[in-house]
Amino acid sequence: MRLERRSTPSRAAILLAPVAAVAGTLLVASLLVAWAGAPVGRAYALLLDGGFGSRFAITETLTRATPLILTGLAAAVAFRARLFNIGAEGQLYLGALAAVAAGGLHGGSGFGAPAWLLFPAMMAAAALAGALLLLGPALMKSRYGVDEVVTTLLLNFIVLLFVGAMLDGPMKDPTAMGWPQSVALQEALHLGKLIERSRVHTGLVGALAAALLLWALLKFTTHGFEIRAVGANARAAAFAGMPVGWVTVKVALLSGALAGLAGAVEVAGRAGYVTLDMSPGYGYSGIVIAMLAALHPLGVVAAAVFVAGILVGADSMSRAVGVPTYIADVIVATALIAMLGAGLFTQYRVRWARAR
Amino acid sequence: MTELLDLLAAAPFWISVLRVATPLILGTLGVLLCERAGVLNLGIEGIMVAGAFAGWLAVYAGASLWGGVAVAALTGALIGLLHGMLTVSLALSQHVAGLGITLLATSLASYAYRVSFPKVDTPPTIEPFAPMAWLPLPVLNAQTPLTLLALLAVPLVGWLLYRTPLGLALRTVGESPAAAEGQGLSVTGLRIGAVMAGSALMGVAGCFLTLAAFNAFFFNMVNGRGWVCVALVVFASWRPGQALLGALLFAFFDALQLRLQQAGSGVLGIELPYQFYLMLPYAMAIVALVVMARRASTPQALMKPYRKGER
Amino acid sequence: MPADPSPTPVLRLAGITKRFGSLLANDDISLDLDRGEVLALLGENGAGKSTLVSILFGHYVADAGTIEVDGRPLAPGQPRAALAAGIGMVHQHFTLADNLSVLDNVMLGTESLWRPLSRREAARRRLLDLGARFGLAVDPQARVGRLSVGERQRVEILKALYRGARVLILDEPTAVLTPQESEALFATLRQMVSAGLAIIFISHKLDEVLRVSHRIAVLRAGRLVAVLPAAGADKPLLAEAMVGRSVEMPRRDPVPPRAGTPACELRDATVRAAGRQGRPLLDGVTMQVQPGEIVAVAGVSGNGQAVLAELLFGQRALDAGSLHVAGRALPPRPRAFVDAGVARVPEDRHAVGVVGDLSLWENVVLERYRRPAYARFNLMRRGAAMADAQALVERFDVRGTEASGVHTLARHLSGGNMQKLILGRVLMAPGAPDRVATAPPATPAAAPPLIVANQPTWGLDIGAVAYVHQQLLDAAAAGSGVVLISEDLEEVFALADRIAVMHQGRLSHARPARSWTLAGIGLAMAGGGHGSAAETVALAT
Repeated sequence: MRLERRSTPSRAAILLAPVAAVAGTLLVASLLVAWAGAPVGRAYALLLDGGFGSRFAITETLTRATPLILTGLAAAVAFRARLFNIGAEGQLYLGALAAVAAGGLHGGSGFGAPAWLLFPAMMAAAALAGALLLLGPALMKSRYGVDEVVTTLLLNFIVLLFVGAMLDGPMKDPTAMGWPQSVALQEALHLGKLIERSRVHTGLVGALAAALLLWALLKFTTHGFEIRAVGANARAAAFAGMPVGWVTVKVALLSGALAGLAGAVEVAGRAGYVTLDMSPGYGYSGIVIAMLAALHPLGVVAAAVFVAGILVGADSMSRAVGVPTYIADVIVATALIAMLGAGLFTQYRVRWARAR
Repeated sequence: MTELLDLLAAAPFWISVLRVATPLILGTLGVLLCERAGVLNLGIEGIMVAGAFAGWLAVYAGASLWGGVAVAALTGALIGLLHGMLTVSLALSQHVAGLGITLLATSLASYAYRVSFPKVDTPPTIEPFAPMAWLPLPVLNAQTPLTLLALLAVPLVGWLLYRTPLGLALRTVGESPAAAEGQGLSVTGLRIGAVMAGSALMGVAGCFLTLAAFNAFFFNMVNGRGWVCVALVVFASWRPGQALLGALLFAFFDALQLRLQQAGSGVLGIELPYQFYLMLPYAMAIVALVVMARRASTPQALMKPYRKGER
Repeated sequence: MPADPSPTPVLRLAGITKRFGSLLANDDISLDLDRGEVLALLGENGAGKSTLVSILFGHYVADAGTIEVDGRPLAPGQPRAALAAGIGMVHQHFTLADNLSVLDNVMLGTESLWRPLSRREAARRRLLDLGARFGLAVDPQARVGRLSVGERQRVEILKALYRGARVLILDEPTAVLTPQESEALFATLRQMVSAGLAIIFISHKLDEVLRVSHRIAVLRAGRLVAVLPAAGADKPLLAEAMVGRSVEMPRRDPVPPRAGTPACELRDATVRAAGRQGRPLLDGVTMQVQPGEIVAVAGVSGNGQAVLAELLFGQRALDAGSLHVAGRALPPRPRAFVDAGVARVPEDRHAVGVVGDLSLWENVVLERYRRPAYARFNLMRRGAAMADAQALVERFDVRGTEASGVHTLARHLSGGNMQKLILGRVLMAPGAPDRVATAPPATPAAAPPLIVANQPTWGLDIGAVAYVHQQLLDAAAAGSGVVLISEDLEEVFALADRIAVMHQGRLSHARPARSWTLAGIGLAMAGGGHGSAAETVALAT
């Protein structure tokens, strides 16, 4: 089998690619569902229903999508500059911790400071924490050529342990009866509900705004231009006079900040305190979402909603027909691989070598 | 201080070190083979989980222990084949394909486990490898045969890479695919073969956890060890002998932190939360990576996809 | 003369056709090669020579046609089959692994992959024997990355001989050699021929082709337009066959340097190697370029030209000495050089000159996107940039933008058009130095103070070469100082007012072009003297 580059991307392939990817994913998922002994058709119906089929489902999906949009954006902007930030999970947790630390100062009262002062301080602290966490690996990459994939990954483990240590110690909530969780934020610092009688909070608006801003940044500003150029061809960008090292730092700060904010938004919008299991892999899911969206900020929103829907739907389907919830991760991973493979065929034609 | 020295002199400590090092040795050799051929295999974390599960399941279903190891190796090789097809034949981003495969393999293994054992309170167990009491050597006779396999794999991989025509071909493919093609070799075939072989080793590394170190499959068993192996390959400058050294060093710190935790504050004189000790090995891996990255001679064609005929 | 003609040609191509998308690279080519013959494959860049031999060697599969070696059909698309049939190839870009030894590179693929142990000692002895026999001395243990270009070529040839090649293909072998090294290569070729090998020699240099070959096959735009014996052919005949029309190549009438601040002045410039070991990369280089003059730096690649280019592009710092551009010392940052108006044309247009995945208009403003003309308050003025890009496309005749206009991705442009893009964006708009050139030919106000061009016509077809040369001449006429770094002696003699030769980091004195002889320059390229009395050989008519 050989690949030959097409001179112009095939129109038909561009339209068919996502369809083929989805079809492939559904096929794999069907096999797995059948293996679990559940009726395939009903399982899919439950999945869709659970993710999008009712007011409750949609609001649950949107609630789940909120941090995913932010981690997806974090991955998208970093990957655009070829900075492979796999540490969004750790940045999220550290951001959450920083937010609670800033907002819950002095045992929760925050030194009596007014909410309108504490809230931005909280968000800023979260963004800063995430940004600084990614700065280390980014600098190691640009100065010493250390592959940031491994460093950011390993940092995730370190950060989680650190958060655990904090929750066991200095930031422990004394009233929580032994559960490791942090001191809670006061009511005034919580994000308000966006839709009544649901868990959707105003963080969603923030996430959407972030997506829009990132899109505008990449398309219309000089910073975005530099990011795209450096990501596409760092050598040519450096030759043209772009400050590649500085651009990498900017991207790292931005990406880390977005992931940190995801943590803050989760804390302020949902539980109000930090626990060790507050993120079921949002950081890693963000990477998959960014790839599904082909690194496009607005696409990230769509992909995040899609993935959130699958996750929420899988939860409810699993309860109903006994299919393990891991199917959600399988679907997302397969979708990613299928999308990658399918996308390739828009640019290349397959030639089968003939033996003569 | 003397407590620390006592700790280090005791045989149980070194037994522990070798045991912890075994999956690292195998995993690092696996990554080394892939990267020497020019392919970054970030699927290792997932392959180790899949290997752990598949090997264990085979034994649970009645296979012999070595049969289980073979199944784990085969599982690894098959996943490696998928990775190879994505990154070599289709030339997709090696980072993304690898991460996708880790996610896929991990979730598939977890799914399969849950489907096979729906309602269990305590995880089902198997009879694992027994220590090789028949060996006359200390520390080694407390290890399982898989550890011996790992130790033997080091010189074997070295021989393969530096003394055989296949090894030369593999190294060339990682340095200059054009040179290999110019001599009539198949770059695709060699790379996919290397990835499959490396992934088989990774699968065996995983099944060590379920067939020797423990006797059951837990979620989060691998816990980042796969990523540590990727770091260790850089530390090893892509050399098998140095890989062994790196694995032992990391295992040393890992075993140490466990002992330090158990010994309590007395050893170091200060009270540190246990999480700090757990962090140490990962921090060491990062430091090792930074230290070596500046000097290492990376295979020249690592992570550069090769498209035949595209000039 | 070819030795003893045998009944069956050692190689026979029949009807070879190959398409790449809409480009017909080879059009029904049929050719024979006899034992003991040197066949030259002549044609300008893009004529299809490399494609044809790549098909022969198995890198590509032809869409139609057959190949026979000694009367037996050759399986297409497999280098392994070609090698087994006795075809060896010395590629234009060497296919060697730098981090491995000479012996490793030669042995690769010659033993079965299932052997448990490599027989290195026997191989080493065989390699040394071959080297002695054909006068190609190499050290088997040496790391290829450390060898000079000439030595690497020897390894490439030995690779083929080691495998018992009976047909040897050499793709532009003299492009990287000094005139003297080329002589040595020709001597080697003669030895191989008398040992019974047949040789296909690809070149676009008419002199060599006439000297070395028995027969000459001329390709033009993918078609075989002539096959004739070398004896009796002459350059005008060949040139016309190659090009199909008479192309007027721009020539420089040397002008005396203008007075005033030099456009570029290097004094004792020294750059040491990383780790400060061994010979410096640039050793006390002194050079001066006045406005309106073209100074060429000739030399074989690998003697410091890349470092000199980096220095002049602003990518390198000096360890000693000084560099002044238009009288000012600039910090070693590309941005500073861009701002000072240095027009830079890099050697590798794909990897360094453009960002392939960005659009044409984005590449046009790649250096100047921060200027007020193209950005305000960090927001890019896309409209202005796109408009100027469109003007550039028209003014510099950049083709390949029919489908998407200025949104065409840069990597979809051909080499020649990419080079026009790169040239266009570094020439300035008259009266508005922060905008790219959008107006008629270079005027004094639009001429950058200094142009640094590194191998600007590498890989371009003759039309594009003529265009680039004309742009450089126009800019010089308008007052730019031009530094031309080039390994192509024809180009150097065609354009330069003064020529300096680079050897092992040292630069000779830049003497007037007319004062150099071909032998003298060859000698300087190889490190000896600065051109003594030798026969004067005019290079081009």
